[in-house]
Amino acid sequence: MEIKVKFFAAPKEALGTGKIKLELPPGSTVEDMIDLLKERHPVLEAYVRFISVAVNRAYVGMQTELHDGDEVACLPPVGGG
Amino acid sequence: MKLFEITTGDISVDKVVARLNDPAIGAVVTFVGVVRGETDGREVRCLEYEAYPEMAEETLRQIGEEIRARWETIREVTIVHRVGRLEIGETAVVIALSAAHRPEMFDALHYAIDRLKEIVPIWKKEVWADGEEWMSEHPHRLP
Repeated sequence: MEIKVKFFAAPKEALGTGKIKLELPPGSTVEDMIDLLKERHPVLEAYVRFISVAVNRAYVGMQTELHDGDEVACLPPVGGG
Repeated sequence: MKLFEITTGDISVDKVVARLNDPAIGAVVTFVGVVRGETDGREVRCLEYEAYPEMAEETLRQIGEEIRARWETIREVTIVHRVGRLEIGETAVVIALSAAHRPEMFDALHYAIDRLKEIVPIWKKEVWADGEEWMSEHPHRLP
């Protein structure tokens, strides 16, 4: 299955792009995706422990299962206001 | 007209408050967040805000729903947050709440700004003369 992954702020700058596509085995979880991202993009290693994840614009836990076509956002600590 | 909006343009406080027009209301309270020229004694040149706009508008709407569920006297909530490069003194965010009477409005307003800083996917980069950094008051993982 293929998912879209979005990045913002510091990890986006480190990665050099705000959007990538990722191919994952069926049944993969958010945690599996994070592990794959770290392996493919070692520059993200410094950020992942602080990253919250949203699937289709709702916050989810690390054990949430992903599905084909999901929009997964990697959200560093927010700072609006 | 959106009650919960991420915008790249100037924010007019009057126009945000006007979104709450309703003959049933007797009071409006507002919070206006403006860009401060220093943080911890360090001079700030400007701020750069970035958002995940679709999710930010949804989480702002969620905050409005949380407030109206918790304080039944609050009639309506509107929150507009600007993104992009903002200069010192410019308005970054306006939160406005309406009600028939004033009790509870200030508590609800306080809740709104705290919650915004906690869950809304907006990021702020401080730009100084000699560097820049993404800032957060909640450097932990959600939920």
